[in-house]
Amino acid sequence: MAALFTASAVGPNRFEDSILYRLFVFLIAGWSGFWVMAIELLSGRILAPNFGNSIYVWGGVIAVFMLALSVGYLLGGRWSLRHPSLNRLASILLAGAVAATPVIFLADPLLDWLFDRIQDPRYGSLASATLLFFIPTAIAGMVSPYAVRLLVNESQQSGHYAGLLYFVSTFGSAAGTLLTSFYLVLYFEIDRILIGLVGISLILGLLALFFGNSGNAPKQ
Amino acid sequence: MRQSNRLNTLLALFASFAATPPAIAMTVVHTEKSLYRNIVVYEEDGQRCLSFSRRNRTARQSCQFLDHPDQFYFAYTKMMMGALYLNPNPRKILVIGLGGGVLPTALAKMFPDAKIDIVEIDPAVVKVARQFFGFNPNQRVQVFEEDGRVFVKRAGQSGRRYDLILLDAFDHEYIPEHLLTQEFLFEVKTLLTTDGVLAANTFSSSRLYHHESTTYQAVFGSFYNLRVKLKNRIILIKMDGLPTLDAIHRNAASVEEKLKPLGFGGDWLMPLFSTERDWDPNARVLTDQYSPSNLLNALF
Repeated sequence: MAALFTASAVGPNRFEDSILYRLFVFLIAGWSGFWVMAIELLSGRILAPNFGNSIYVWGGVIAVFMLALSVGYLLGGRWSLRHPSLNRLASILLAGAVAATPVIFLADPLLDWLFDRIQDPRYGSLASATLLFFIPTAIAGMVSPYAVRLLVNESQQSGHYAGLLYFVSTFGSAAGTLLTSFYLVLYFEIDRILIGLVGISLILGLLALFFGNSGNAPKQ
Repeated sequence: MRQSNRLNTLLALFASFAATPPAIAMTVVHTEKSLYRNIVVYEEDGQRCLSFSRRNRTARQSCQFLDHPDQFYFAYTKMMMGALYLNPNPRKILVIGLGGGVLPTALAKMFPDAKIDIVEIDPAVVKVARQFFGFNPNQRVQVFEEDGRVFVKRAGQSGRRYDLILLDAFDHEYIPEHLLTQEFLFEVKTLLTTDGVLAANTFSSSRLYHHESTTYQAVFGSFYNLRVKLKNRIILIKMDGLPTLDAIHRNAASVEEKLKPLGFGGDWLMPLFSTERDWDPNARVLTDQYSPSNLLNALF
């Protein structure tokens, strides 16, 4: 665990090297992994009443999530080129949470609308998954490459930190998958789980923003 | 073919190790891997059975007596026919879940003028039912290979109506959870004519029994509950109110002749009719938002 927070050799007092700063970066990456898989599992449930839950529904859902993540990686890496900061990482998390809220409020009318227009359940589920989940998932995909940028100071360490970050974020994904499918669906309604996920993202994002600002304020 | 021979030898070997009951020769007639399951057709003790199970033979879907293919083998199929005591003369019938096709085949014979629609998600099951169980779709008996929920939703929109719906889409190991929610049952309800009847093959054991009962009650009000100990339970519903037991008796008499070829009658079926609410009334209603049916069935 200590390896996650070891300071780089550049300067002992930099804000970016503090343990709390790194903790936030890893927390956001891990939570983002959790979030993506929890929402992916729920998306199958959300589509089932209109399009069934056959293998092609899952095929459509998984394809959309993979595609969205791939676009997100691209955008996240690109955005990290200029003025990377914890604040901006936190804002990615917040934007993802906001982009997911239509799933809670608009899913039913949107799915009914698509059901009336698309006869083939394969393309119906593909279109639904795209409209509901592409944007929030792409935003979630931006987190990992951006977080790598915040952790790496020297190119020599880049592989090390990329590895640590994949570890944390994929571990989060595993936890999100298991917790959602084993326990959360047994106790809560889908919308409750979604509200909980959005709430945690908002709290974590705001905390990181608050911490990021207080850390940046006395900057020399 | 070679593979199923090997399976035969294996099964025979296994059977020879089982101490009780005395091993009966079992022949695997056909095996098939579909998108959804492994299908096994086997013959044993004068019956031909369809099984979806991987581990054992407990999940038999359909069985047919080889020398009396018309006779019903399972208690649950006989109980499903209890729907005829609520509506003795159905004209438009919907069957959700085909299995070996035992129910639609019998209904098509009993009611030569009735139009029967069947929904089955697995094309391989349709093929096997035709090939090995004498299921014979035609102009009047039509199969739709799609998800039951999607079919019901579309049928509701296009104004299709049925005076008898048989819901038989679950087995002991797996429940399509989107077919056991309040919203789905409301969609089924819109498909029923004003005097339409619904028969649902469901579960009698596990915690799911209570959830399922409150869910059906929330949508349809009171219903007849047919149970055989430790086996399936059948829920029977009528849209314009549940008929009295007297009315049921009268209907039973009128279909007695028709049921004869199936090998049972009112003396077996009538005593099973019950309106007793033997479930926990506080069990949470299953909805599209809350439907962990498989977990409720497996864990509690």
